[in-house]
Amino acid sequence: MTATAFQRVYTKLEGVTKATVTLKAQGVSNEELAMVGDKLAQVVKINGDSITLQVFSGTEGIATNTEVTFFGEPPTLEVSDALAGRFFNAYGKPIDGGPEVQGEKREVGGPSVNPYRREQPSQLIATGIAGIDLNNTLVTGQKIPFFADPDQPYNQVMANVALRAKADKIILGGMGLSNDDYLYFKNVFDNAGALDHIISFVNTTEQPPVERLLIPDMALAAAEYFAVDKNEKVLVLLTDMTLYADALSIVSNRMDQIPSKDSMPGSLYSDLAKIYEKAVQLPSGGSITIIAVTTLSGGDITHAIPDNTGYITEGQLFLRTDSDTGKVIVDPFRSLSRLKQLVIGKQTREDHPQVMNAAVRLYADAANAKTKLENGFDLSDYDERTLNFAKEYSEKLLAIDVDIDTTFMLDLAWKLFAKYFSRTEVNIKNELMNKYWKNSD
Amino acid sequence: MKTKGKIAGIISNLVTVQVDGPVAQNEICFVTHPSGVKMMAEVIKITGDKAFAQVFESTRGLKVGSEVEFEGHMLEVSLGPGILSKSYDGLQNNLETMTGVFLKRGEYTPALDNDSRWKFAPLAKVGDSVTAADWLGEVMEGWMPHKIMVPFKMTGTYTVKSIAAEGEYALTDTIATLANADGEEFKVSMMQKWPVKIAITSYKSKPRPFKMMETGVRVIDTFNPIAEGGTGFIPGPFGCGKTVLQHALAKQADANMIIMAACGERANEVVEIFKEFPELVDPRTGRKLMERTTIICNTSNMPVAAREASVYTAMTIAEYYRSMGLKVLLLADSTSRWAQALREMSNRLEELPGQDAFPMDLPAIISNFYSRAGFVYLNNGSTGSITFIGTVSPAGGNLKEPVTEGTKKAARCFYALSQNRADSKRYPAVDPMDSYSKYLEYPEIQDYLNEKVEKGWVAKVLGAKTLIQRGKEAAEQINILGDDSVPVEYHDRFWKSELIDFVILQQDAFDKIDASCSMERQQYVFGKVMDICSKAFDFHTFEECASFYKSCINLMKQMNYCEFKDKNFKKYLTDLDIVIGEKGR
Repeated sequence: MTATAFQRVYTKLEGVTKATVTLKAQGVSNEELAMVGDKLAQVVKINGDSITLQVFSGTEGIATNTEVTFFGEPPTLEVSDALAGRFFNAYGKPIDGGPEVQGEKREVGGPSVNPYRREQPSQLIATGIAGIDLNNTLVTGQKIPFFADPDQPYNQVMANVALRAKADKIILGGMGLSNDDYLYFKNVFDNAGALDHIISFVNTTEQPPVERLLIPDMALAAAEYFAVDKNEKVLVLLTDMTLYADALSIVSNRMDQIPSKDSMPGSLYSDLAKIYEKAVQLPSGGSITIIAVTTLSGGDITHAIPDNTGYITEGQLFLRTDSDTGKVIVDPFRSLSRLKQLVIGKQTREDHPQVMNAAVRLYADAANAKTKLENGFDLSDYDERTLNFAKEYSEKLLAIDVDIDTTFMLDLAWKLFAKYFSRTEVNIKNELMNKYWKNSD
Repeated sequence: MKTKGKIAGIISNLVTVQVDGPVAQNEICFVTHPSGVKMMAEVIKITGDKAFAQVFESTRGLKVGSEVEFEGHMLEVSLGPGILSKSYDGLQNNLETMTGVFLKRGEYTPALDNDSRWKFAPLAKVGDSVTAADWLGEVMEGWMPHKIMVPFKMTGTYTVKSIAAEGEYALTDTIATLANADGEEFKVSMMQKWPVKIAITSYKSKPRPFKMMETGVRVIDTFNPIAEGGTGFIPGPFGCGKTVLQHALAKQADANMIIMAACGERANEVVEIFKEFPELVDPRTGRKLMERTTIICNTSNMPVAAREASVYTAMTIAEYYRSMGLKVLLLADSTSRWAQALREMSNRLEELPGQDAFPMDLPAIISNFYSRAGFVYLNNGSTGSITFIGTVSPAGGNLKEPVTEGTKKAARCFYALSQNRADSKRYPAVDPMDSYSKYLEYPEIQDYLNEKVEKGWVAKVLGAKTLIQRGKEAAEQINILGDDSVPVEYHDRFWKSELIDFVILQQDAFDKIDASCSMERQQYVFGKVMDICSKAFDFHTFEECASFYKSCINLMKQMNYCEFKDKNFKKYLTDLDIVIGEKGR
């Protein structure tokens, strides 16, 4: 952003904290942008002529006589088809060495869709991962996070999901991404030859944390352009929302707000909802689907960030390492896709709901058998069989490295049923049993 | 002269206004945005000549010095024919008539259509002496006889000077002239306004609830019944089926009118109602569900301040319809989001916080709100009721947080959703041990159940609760000591509680037949289950015990999926009696 004529310039700061500066100024509007020296800032509080600015890149080195220039407008993004294939920073400036994108200027963080004008999400998104497609099917217009411990390969899974999802546009919002992960995404997209329909907004760990606050709004403003104006199916990837929430708490702390649970601001729910609720199925056919990552500390989902997220999103996908097979799996117990009912058995084969439930039930029996074993009780023949089934089920279906289509997943599940169980033990509607039961060979 | 002011400070959606005249707490004002758009706001604190107002819209771009105009009244809703089947936002703007896919700042649409015409039939006569909420006439709002009442704001006694003859009138036409004791005359139309934060108390008396309200959900009706005019709440962690349970209540409850306040929750859940309710049929009346439903929708991404208003808007509309002698069910999902909206404002006002940064008076605000529900006798002797059920989303699933605790003091029914039950797919995940209905202790309700359901019903229900408790204890023993090391009798106890759990407590909300269970059917099935539970059986091994109860559960579950007492139902019943006969002594 460059200074233009008639901009108001001030040179006397009255207060500086780690994230904010305060000065006296007139005619300032709420949430407008300003430059403090060479750093971008946004108005967060106005009290008479006393203005508080949040400085995105931190206040290091800002002197009381630093020049402050107001822009008179909130954060914007220039949108056009030329966004495709490009990498940007949190301010929407190119970081790939290419030219600036010329287009229509749009405010980021704009209004929400009238709920009455929304359509019900209805299109299945196939990812090839059975832990998702079979047990927790995704639907366009859905918003769903991965709940994962920091050591799990959530970014890899997400990149795979993105590439296989057959979306018209994929928009990556990277918050606090390590430089290695940023390069990983760049390489994967490049190698897949998919760069032309991917747009990335990236804030890496090398950049100041408060800048992250702009990433989701930028990514979603671009998403709305393609979904609303161009009727495209857009998939938005946000990683990592925990780091976004941490940045929120830093700012609210600097502004002397009273923290609520887990030192998070009291408005955390609304702040997160504003982002996730941008997921939408539009009447015109366009859609925005959001897949996010929320990293957990020690698997604790009662922490304010995953807890509030769970109340907002339409389910969650849990990653966990299965100690029996050594593979990372999508946990069938704690994962949930709330919208799967809208598509399974309708856009997939009729036996899908029943097969899914039966397999999870048998897997649960295996978990019970395992507890029994650990407590030193004898295992029955059935227990033994469930354990063997669980191992194969986990390896061939739940593991995140599988890539097969849904019909094949269902056939595979039937094969496993027949291999380890009798018909009554599987307990699926007779009609389906007769049609799909496969004798083990 | 309206009081005017200028913006002096802005933090998020809280603005400080320098005023030039008198302002009232909770007064509504309009802030003029530099773009020319007028945005609604509500005064929430006053110090000297500074008023603090929460703006119901985004304050982005607002400047110090912007004009503010005060309206001289609190946040009001418009009451009149045409509310039924509408979808409103938290401030009663009609969502259907808004243009564009996105909500525009400052776009306010009228709640009622001023040009709409209604067939009016008078109920009062010239010379009648009337007070607030007395019925003057009636129009048909769809299928519903909608009473036109003396406006609630009119205090004292009036004489009817004139009343319109039967015929078609526009909403705002004068349909009656009323005179007070001094002879001063007032014109009354079919529409009136009322401030949402004040309860409508124009009724004769409010007795303790004494009737039960059928919901078709067994774990509620049989185990923890809610009274007509009663209050209840459903706390539970995410993923436990709060919303599914609330939707089930909205579809099945025995009420004339359902008001759903979607307060700070997912937009897609409201979309589900928008799409489904116009299609689904209410089995009691044969009409579409939407014909008895009004939706107040302020989803989580809509402005926070309006979220707080939305529950009050919903309650005021419920009170209006109650005054017509109707049975209203008000559902709010979720009251935690409302409490969080209060927290955000309290925080910006820099009030000293209570627990978890919620405002200190949160329990009082919650109690006050719940107390607006209730069963009432109207001035003319008819009855009306508001049954209120709210959901609570406790942070981290911990029921010891302020919203749950505050609500527990106010609501009489407690439907705790348990993570364990949800994890093992035992839906509805209402915990049989933690949940309660205080109404079971009311002698009035006990008498009602004795008469309408079965003599000794309450004792039977309490008996079943004891069986579940004992079953749970037995299960713990079995888990510690192992299947073989406990007497078979422990297994028997455990399986009896499983029988109650699988057949009565669990219910398939997605099955056409099982989703809704009539009271007659509940009485029958519960009787059958308790029959089995009262029997002593001779089991030699625990496997034998388990397989016996498993077959009972299987057969009775099949019965739940059949039409009551149809051919298949009877077939399973015969099979069941054979299974029991073989084992019975």
